[in-house]
Amino acid sequence: MLLPCPWCGPRDESEFHYGGQAGVAYPADPDALSDEQWARYLFFRDNPRGPFRERWCHSAGCRRWFTLVRDTVTNEVLP
Amino acid sequence: MSQPFRLDRGGLVDRDSSPAFLFDGREYEGHRGDTLASALLANGVHRVSSGIRTGRPRGIFAAGAEEPNAIVQIDEPFPEPMLTATTVELYDGLVAHGLRGRGRLAGDPDPGRYDAVHAHCDVLVVGAGPAGLAAAAVAASSGARVVVVDDQIRAGGGLLGSGEHLDWVDAVVADLAAAPEARLLTRTTAFGYYDDNYVVAVQRRPGLPAHRARERIWRIRARRVVLATGAYERSLAFADNDRPGVMLAGAARTYVNRYAVLPGRRAVVLTTNDSAYAVARDLRAAGVEIAAIADLRPGGGPGADGFEVLPGWVVGTVAGRDRVEAVTLRSPGGTERRLEADLLLVSGGWNPVGALFSQAGGRLAYDPGLAAFRPDGGCRQALEVAGAASGAYPLRDCLEQGAAAGRRAAEAAGLVAGEVVLPEPAEPAGTPPIAVWTLPGGDPAAQWVDLQRDVTVADLARATGTGMRSAEHVKRYTTAGTAHDQGKTSGTLTSGVTAELLGVEVGALGGTTFRPPFVPVTFAALAGRDRGMLFDPVRVTALHAWHEANGALFENVGQWKRPWYYPRAGEDMVTAVLRECRAAREGVAMMDASTLGKIDVRGPDAALFLDRLYTNMISTLAPGAIRYGVMCRPDGMVFDDGTVIRLAGEHFLVTTTTGNAAAVLDWMEEWLQTEWPHLRVHCTSVTEQWATVALAGPRSREVLGALAPDLDVSRDGFGFMTWRDATVAGLSARVCRISFSGELAYEINVSWWDAVTLWEALLAAGAPFGITPYGTEAMHVLRAEKGYPIIGQDTDGTVTPHDLGLGWAVSRKKADFTGRRSFSRTDTARPDRKQLVGLLPDDGTLLPEGSHLLAAPGETSALGHVTSSYHSAALGRTFALALVRGGRGLLGRTLWATLDDGLTPVTVTGSVLYDPEGARRDG
Repeated sequence: MLLPCPWCGPRDESEFHYGGQAGVAYPADPDALSDEQWARYLFFRDNPRGPFRERWCHSAGCRRWFTLVRDTVTNEVLP
Repeated sequence: MSQPFRLDRGGLVDRDSSPAFLFDGREYEGHRGDTLASALLANGVHRVSSGIRTGRPRGIFAAGAEEPNAIVQIDEPFPEPMLTATTVELYDGLVAHGLRGRGRLAGDPDPGRYDAVHAHCDVLVVGAGPAGLAAAAVAASSGARVVVVDDQIRAGGGLLGSGEHLDWVDAVVADLAAAPEARLLTRTTAFGYYDDNYVVAVQRRPGLPAHRARERIWRIRARRVVLATGAYERSLAFADNDRPGVMLAGAARTYVNRYAVLPGRRAVVLTTNDSAYAVARDLRAAGVEIAAIADLRPGGGPGADGFEVLPGWVVGTVAGRDRVEAVTLRSPGGTERRLEADLLLVSGGWNPVGALFSQAGGRLAYDPGLAAFRPDGGCRQALEVAGAASGAYPLRDCLEQGAAAGRRAAEAAGLVAGEVVLPEPAEPAGTPPIAVWTLPGGDPAAQWVDLQRDVTVADLARATGTGMRSAEHVKRYTTAGTAHDQGKTSGTLTSGVTAELLGVEVGALGGTTFRPPFVPVTFAALAGRDRGMLFDPVRVTALHAWHEANGALFENVGQWKRPWYYPRAGEDMVTAVLRECRAAREGVAMMDASTLGKIDVRGPDAALFLDRLYTNMISTLAPGAIRYGVMCRPDGMVFDDGTVIRLAGEHFLVTTTTGNAAAVLDWMEEWLQTEWPHLRVHCTSVTEQWATVALAGPRSREVLGALAPDLDVSRDGFGFMTWRDATVAGLSARVCRISFSGELAYEINVSWWDAVTLWEALLAAGAPFGITPYGTEAMHVLRAEKGYPIIGQDTDGTVTPHDLGLGWAVSRKKADFTGRRSFSRTDTARPDRKQLVGLLPDDGTLLPEGSHLLAAPGETSALGHVTSSYHSAALGRTFALALVRGGRGLLGRTLWATLDDGLTPVTVTGSVLYDPEGARRDG
């Protein structure tokens, strides 16, 4: 799989480290969350069949994190 | 030596070169250009192996990588198990024997070299048959970067078997050789097709000197791929279809035309399609008598051409054991005819080779007109399928498809292809094939479907009889298609017979999934140069040579080699470690601590950043001071620990555990980049910039004082958990008053280049006190006596700071830090979590690390397990650390530790077993 690093261009997947679902922000006020809500932040992630926004780190290259949308069926990186 | 079945002339073998070889203990001769299979056939040898389950004799069935039967063990020059005789090139001195299913791995390391090549191209053509060569010729004419891979020793594909248009093949090969950007790789099999046109192939390079790679893995990234992988012929299910001498018709044609070998003298042909007629013609021309052609189509084939054609006749039985002796044919009306023959040529139809297309994400669908599965539409990869691989069988169509695919590939690269000359074969219109799977009237237990796995129609019937309804389930239940050949000739037949048994359409049943590798690939080839020393980097400290010269044994910690202990003459490990520990507790000892991870953290927000990552307060640390810190994941579980040194207001140096240094730096970067990009902080690894020597023991102050006359080393002048820049042994050094043993101790940091000078100065200055180098084992014992956990040894990702008794290092003042919210989760706060405690074995047993701990003999549920276990010089006994459910409430209780041969009682204690008051820390 080729992944488009925004800094280095398309590079082989073996240069990257996977970071799971994107957009799961650290809660602004953890104390305002119930145990269940906090557990949802800690442990629950989407697992869709199809487009998925996810994080990658170009760990063997520029070491920058970035976000892309990948189709989990075809591994196609979507615009 | 005679080769009684070799024709006097013709073929693509070199008659001037006649390698001698041994097979099953007998000596034979062949020609260069032979495979082991063609050389055996030239000598009249058909039986090569035996059925893995039945032991029945099995012969050479095909002429290429699709061979299901003829698997051999190479004995010399180097043992290689389970190769197909049809793909082993003949060479002088080859020694091999036939296999019944399983081979034998070499007992010695493979002396061969293996390598990898990374290639990029505009067009990758897989297969150098007519379609592939046409595609390559057209694409190369545009100046595109073209790579062609083909598994045979020469280009030509199916034309090598038919003997047609070889002049054109030679011309294309010459053109490709002349094109500066084109490369033709023969003996190279593409075996894996991964995302974004990443194709992996293995290249065999026989006959090279030992220092050159005998196999190479090609990792090819292609802008476009043309799959011209051809088609494999398949067999039919009829009684005794496994006899040696039963052969795929197209294979027989290849043996005659390419190798000038007669696979027999008198043949019966059984077919569902026209292709077998060309076979019959070529064999007849070479001198083989064609006894009859049983054409399963009721109307027969394209014209008798002087053959006796029996439309609608089937094979009833095949006589002979080690070799076909006679074939009994049966008419639709039931009339039987027995024909003497030593060869039964079968064509049950042709299957487009769709494995790579399927790996690429393409779909295969059943085409009733072809009686086969073929690529159905495109796929998301930039690829095209051309020629027989797409289901196009007339040669003219293959050539035209290939040329068109090559032209489009060139256009996709922004280039314009020139005109290329193609052969113009004359092919009369044919008669369509029919789909036939099982011939009527035979014993299902003698009708083989997968010859290598010895799976019969009866086995498939047993699978469907138990309720299996999917091709995947039937495959796994019967093992059909799971052998080295992955069902190349049997897969579609298995689907056809299964569909018949289930009474469904074969297209509705479908086939099984194709996965890499397409052909077996050796692990040695995949590993390439990444073996032995080159498998993983080995990291050594600046003092490594000294450690080696002074008899250290080493322990692997991550990629680092760390001195484990330094045995003296006659010492075993226990004795040496006890001596090293005693020196640290009673005199002075020194250790190379350079492998500790060191990260320089700098910036206006550095203190705030560290406050968020560590459980304890860092921002209140004064420049000049040091604090022990714990890092947790957001789930509250300990991730790493170490010290934080404040060098200046906006400048810190943090240390990490040896094995976790890279992970901690990544962790910091992740938070900085993804959650707190507004924080002005930079993190830099300085692990290999600073060499660190730990100096521990009650006499350490005197040793340091002797080497650093300008440094106030007094108890009050240089307090615990502070650091000083100083000159030590004439070297610029940073000295930290840190102890990982509970003794008075220092960590002296100098430039990596100065490590040896410092080390030797410490040895000399410490000599009057008996200074003793110690290794990681003594370090582990000393810290365990004090109850200091090792993250990753005493923890496993399910342990909180509170579980470790490190609640004192968790701030209650900070608004938030990573992991804080989780400490109040119900599960994290419950009182019966596993907690770190000490254990004293009642009878002095050294407990194995990992031993389970039971409340009483007979209990089947463990309360916890031993995480660290040692002999202690200071305690004069063995002891252990353990994680025990509600452990801090069990002090003084007896638990039972599991040993290999029973249980032993242990007493639970606090985790700090030595100097619990901390009286020794300041000397």
